[in-house]
Amino acid sequence: MIENLDPTMVDWARAQFALTAMYHWIFVPLTLGLTWFIAYCHTISYRTGNEEWKRLTRFWMRLFAVNFAVGVATGIILEFEFGTNWSNYSWMVGDIFGAPLAIEGLFAFFLESTFFAVMFFGWDRVSRRFHLVSTWMVALGSNLSAVWILVANAWMQHPAGQEFNPDTARFEMNSFRDIVFSPVAVAKFTHTASSSMVLSAFFVISVSSWYLLKGRHRTMARRSIVLASVFCLLSSLFVIFTGDQSAYAVAQKQPMKLAACEGLLRGQTGADLIAIGVVKDDHDIRDDKQVTRLNIGIPELLSYLANRNFKSFVPGVRDMVYGNPEQNLLGAKQKMVKGRTALAALAAYRSDRQAGDEAGAAAARDTLRANQDYIGYGYLEKPEDAVPPIALSFYSFHFMVILGTLFPVVSVLFLLVAWRNTFEKHRGLLRVGTILLIPGMIAHWLGWIVAEVGRQPWAIQDLLPVNVAATRLSSGSVRATFFLFLFLFTVLLIAEVGIMLKQISIGPEEG
Amino acid sequence: MIGSLEYSTLQGLWWLLCSIVGALFLCLNFVQGGQSLLWTVPRTAEEKSLFVNSLGLKWELTFTTLVTFGGALFAAFPLFYATSFGGAYWMWILILFTFILQAVSYEFRNKPRNLLGGRTYELFMLINGTLGVLLIGTVVGTFFTGSEFTLDQYNVVAWVSPLRGIEAVFEPFNLGLGLFMVFHARTLGAMYLLNNLDPGSQGDLADRLRRATGINFIVSLPFLMYVLVRLLLMKGHEVRAEGAIVLAPHKYLDNLLAHPVLPVMLAAGLALVAWGVGKSARSASLRGIWFGGFGTFLIGLTLLLLPAYHNTAFYPSRTDPASGLTIFNASSSRFTLTVMTYVALFIPLILAYIAYVWRAMAGKRVGVDDVRNEEAY
Repeated sequence: MIENLDPTMVDWARAQFALTAMYHWIFVPLTLGLTWFIAYCHTISYRTGNEEWKRLTRFWMRLFAVNFAVGVATGIILEFEFGTNWSNYSWMVGDIFGAPLAIEGLFAFFLESTFFAVMFFGWDRVSRRFHLVSTWMVALGSNLSAVWILVANAWMQHPAGQEFNPDTARFEMNSFRDIVFSPVAVAKFTHTASSSMVLSAFFVISVSSWYLLKGRHRTMARRSIVLASVFCLLSSLFVIFTGDQSAYAVAQKQPMKLAACEGLLRGQTGADLIAIGVVKDDHDIRDDKQVTRLNIGIPELLSYLANRNFKSFVPGVRDMVYGNPEQNLLGAKQKMVKGRTALAALAAYRSDRQAGDEAGAAAARDTLRANQDYIGYGYLEKPEDAVPPIALSFYSFHFMVILGTLFPVVSVLFLLVAWRNTFEKHRGLLRVGTILLIPGMIAHWLGWIVAEVGRQPWAIQDLLPVNVAATRLSSGSVRATFFLFLFLFTVLLIAEVGIMLKQISIGPEEG
Repeated sequence: MIGSLEYSTLQGLWWLLCSIVGALFLCLNFVQGGQSLLWTVPRTAEEKSLFVNSLGLKWELTFTTLVTFGGALFAAFPLFYATSFGGAYWMWILILFTFILQAVSYEFRNKPRNLLGGRTYELFMLINGTLGVLLIGTVVGTFFTGSEFTLDQYNVVAWVSPLRGIEAVFEPFNLGLGLFMVFHARTLGAMYLLNNLDPGSQGDLADRLRRATGINFIVSLPFLMYVLVRLLLMKGHEVRAEGAIVLAPHKYLDNLLAHPVLPVMLAAGLALVAWGVGKSARSASLRGIWFGGFGTFLIGLTLLLLPAYHNTAFYPSRTDPASGLTIFNASSSRFTLTVMTYVALFIPLILAYIAYVWRAMAGKRVGVDDVRNEEAY
C-alpha cells in the first residue's frame, strides 16, 4: 500500500493550494459575473447606438481586463499544482479528473482567449455585430470554464462514474455522464455561477455608489446601479435556491460535512437547524457532550434541508465515527476495518498476479471488490481522523448563510432607491454600497472553506485521504514555494488593486 | 467507430493530439520571442508599446495552448503528469513562475499606479521570453536524455536529484535544445512583428526587425546543428518484448528511418523556416512568419513524436530504465481515451474559429493610433 506521507509536508501542500485558490477566487467570480453584465450593456449599446452605453461598456470592460489577468495567472498555478504537489492524486484519479480539465482548456479557454482580444481591441477592427458576438463568447467561455472545473471539483466531493482497477491500482472512469451530471456538480455550478453574479453586481454597485457620492459620472453610475440591482436581486434569490440544493446534495453525499457545519454531535430525528450558535473551545467528539452552545435553532428545519422531511433522521458526527446500529449506520471505525481489508487484498492481488497464482488473485480481487468503497478509510490512523475541523466548518457555513440571506435585502433597497431616483437623499445607503464588495467576497471565501475544509481528511471523498494524495517531497521545498507564491500573489494583488482604484478614479472616457 | 478503436491506437492517437498541441505552442512561442526582443530592437517608448500591443493580441492564445497542452497530458497520460510535475518539482515551479509574470505584464505595464513600474513588467516579459522558453526546451530535451527517478509498484515517484528537475539544465543536449528554442523564438518574434506592425508606423523599425530575424536565426543554427547531430547519434530507451526497457544505440535515428514521414516533416520544417527567414531578412516580404511558423510546427511535431512511437520510452528513467514511461504504461484507460476522442472531434471547429478571428483581427495592422488609446497595453 502507498505509505502515508510526512504530515508537515502535506499541511504545507494544503496551505499552498488554499493560498492559490483563495487568491484565484478573488478574481474569478468577478470575471464570471461581470462578463454577463458587460455583454448585456454591450448589447444595449449595439442596439441603441447610444454613446453613453458604449462608454459604460468600455469602462466596465477595462476593469474586467485588469481583473482577468490576475485570474489567469493564478489559474495556471492551480492546474499545475495538481501535478507538482499532488502527484499521487494525479496518477490515482487522473484518468477521471484530467478529462474535465482538458475539456475546459479546449472548449472554454480557447473561446475565452480568442474572443477576449476581439472584445477588448475590436472596436475599430471588426464589424459591430462580430464585436458584440465576441463579447458574448467571452461570457460563454468564462462560464464554460467554470462548468468544467466545478465538475472536476464536484467529482472530488462525490466520486461518481468510476471504479477501482486493481491492475493499475487507480480509479478509472466508467461513466462520463454520471460525472458531468452528478447532482453535486449541478448544484455546485449553479450555486457558484449565481453567487458570482451577486458579487459582480456588488462590484458594480460599489464603484457606482462611489461615483454618486462624489457627484461624478452620474448617468453612467445610475444606469449601472439599476442594472446591477436587478442582476443582484434575481441572482441572490437564485443563490438561496441553489444553496438549498447544495445543502441537500451535501446531506446526501457528504453527511459528515453537514454534521460538522451544524455542530451536530449526535444524530436526531426532526433535527433543528442552528441559526446562530457558538462552538465550545474545548469540544471533543469523544465526549458525548454538545459541541455548540447559545444556540438559536429553527425547529426541524435541518431534517427538512437534509432529507426533505421534517421528521427524518439526520446523522451526527459521533454516529458516523463510531456507528449507529439503530439507524443502520457504519462508523469510520468499522469502515477502517473494511478499508484495511481492501488495501491488504489489493497487495495480495498484485503479488499473486506477479507470482502467477491466478486463483489466489481472483480470491483477493473478490475481497477487494467487497470492501473497495471504503478503501480510503484503510489509511486513517484512528476513527476521529474522519472528522473535519468542526469550528471552522461551523462558523464558515453560518456566516456564509447569514450574509447570503442579507444580500437580496440589500439589492431590493438599491433597486427601490434607483427606481425612485432618490440617491441624493440616501447617501448612507451609497456609503454602504461602496463597501458591498467586501461582504460579497467574504461570503465566497466562506463557501469554499465549507466545501474544502468540510470534506477533510479526503482529497476524494471516502477513497483517498490528502496524506496519501500528495507528492513525496521535502516539506522545505513546499514551504519555500508557499512563501514564494505568497509574496508574488500579494505583490500582484496590491498592484491590481492600485491599478483598479486608479482606473476607477479616472472613470470612463468623457463623451 | 471511435468506440471500436484498439486501445493501442487510442494511445498513439492521443500522443499525436498532445504533440500537435505542443507543436502549436512552440510555433506560438513567437510571443515569447517578441517579448525578449523588446529589450534589444525598439529604440523609443512608442516602439516598445507597438511591440507590446502587437504581441498582446496573441499572448493569451499562447498561454491557453500551454494550459491545454498540460490538460491534455493530464487527461491522456496522467502518469507522465504525476511523474514529471511531482518529480521535477523545481523545474516546473520555475516555468510556472515565468508564466505568472507574463500573465499580468501586458495588462499592468502601461497602467498608472501599477506598483512596480512599466520597466519591471517589461523585465517580467523578458524573463518569460528567455528563461521560460529555455526551461521548456530543457524539459523537452529530457524526453530524449531521460531523468533520474524511480517508480514503485504503485507508481509513486521518487526523484533522485535534490535539484528536483533543475539538474536537466546541466545536460548539454537539453541546454542546447533550450537555447535553440530561445533564439528560434526570437527569430519568429521578429518575423511576426514585421508582419503585424504597420510598416509605415516607425521609420526604420522594419529594417531592424529584418536584421533581428537574420541574426537570431544565425545564432540559433549552431544549437540546432548540435541537437540534430546528437539526436541522430544518441542512445535511446527502447521497449522490448514483455515491456522491458533497455538502452539501444542510435534509437532516434532508427525511429526516423522507421517512420519516413518524420524525416520528411523535419526536412520540410527546416526548409520552411529557412525560407521564411530568407523572405523576412533579405526581401521586402512581410509573410515570412507564415512559413517560419508552419515550419516550426512541423519541427516541433517531429521532435515530440520521435521519442514516443516505435517502441520508445518517451519519458525515460536514467536511474531505473524499467521505470521509464511509454505511451502504453502512462496512459489513461481505454474508456477515458475513447470519451476524450469524441471530445477531440470538436478540435477542427475550435481551430476554425481561431483562424477566423486571427484573420479578422489581422485586417488592420498595429500602428501608433493603437498604442495611444486608453485600452492600450
